[in-house]
Amino acid sequence: MDEGLRSELSKQGVFTTTLQELYNWGRSNSVWPLNFGLACCAIEMIAASMARFDISRFGSEVFRPSPRQADLMIVAGTVTKKMAPLVVRLYNQMPAPKYVIAMGACAISGGPFKQGYNVLKGIDRYLPVDVHIPGCPPRPEALLHALITLQEKMRGEPLAGPAPARHADPAAPGEYPVPAYGPYDLTPAKNEELWRPAPLPRGE
Amino acid sequence: MTEQTQSYLFLAVLLGVAVAFPLVMLGLARLWATVYSPAKPGPAKAAPYECGLESTGDAWVQLRSGYYLYAIVFLIFDVEALFLLPFAVAFTSLPVGAFVAILVFLLLLVEGLVWAWQKGVLEWN
Repeated sequence: MDEGLRSELSKQGVFTTTLQELYNWGRSNSVWPLNFGLACCAIEMIAASMARFDISRFGSEVFRPSPRQADLMIVAGTVTKKMAPLVVRLYNQMPAPKYVIAMGACAISGGPFKQGYNVLKGIDRYLPVDVHIPGCPPRPEALLHALITLQEKMRGEPLAGPAPARHADPAAPGEYPVPAYGPYDLTPAKNEELWRPAPLPRGE
Repeated sequence: MTEQTQSYLFLAVLLGVAVAFPLVMLGLARLWATVYSPAKPGPAKAAPYECGLESTGDAWVQLRSGYYLYAIVFLIFDVEALFLLPFAVAFTSLPVGAFVAILVFLLLLVEGLVWAWQKGVLEWN
């Protein structure tokens, strides 16, 4: 619909919308997070859900204890290599449309434990992360900002067309491969389709 | 159509609405799912267990019957305490008949305990 005509109509008290915008508006305002925390970032996540920061202002106070009822996975904390398969399996068990927020330095990169032999260097090696939050730990305001960023992303997602949203795309995978415990590392060490290491600058 | 049947007509109308409303809603949801949300089932998604771990073993876990025997013997103390507390509170103002009655009750329970003890229920093996 023409934007000019639309603003003219709204001045006359006639509001127009599309099915896609209505749908995205509805679901972006009722994002239900999965109730699980991995490390100290989870404390900040809990603080964000309490009265002082009050995540329910954005419609996300309904932390679900079951992945079957959740839309959003907040990876809050250090993902150890022992825990990574469980996190990926939980993500797989969530119904689409589903989103991932990687909260804190550990979840996005390994953080202060990056050199550790048992720490995954970022959950984006296995899961399609929508919003990364830096910080160690990020304050609850940062989590709220990530949620608002995610809501903006959801509102702009097309349901059809050449590049549809992940859940509306029949070609997008329904499940991501769960890594197995190998002798030294997880196998595979990363999901090649999701994550590739940045090229090393050499000889310049 | 008489007055009598017309006064019941709204029941039929409401029944129709009650059937149509959920059918329309479910139909719309089904239509939306087929058009905009292609189903992508998988082994992890369809797994009954939802804690991140894979389920192992059998769901039909059996507990030893010894636990139930202990629980039944514990019930003796449980019921005894239930009656002993009001008995102790009202002890000074009780007539002799009530006192004898509670003693008989206590002896009955203690007899059960002694019987179970002698039978060797309290010995764990």
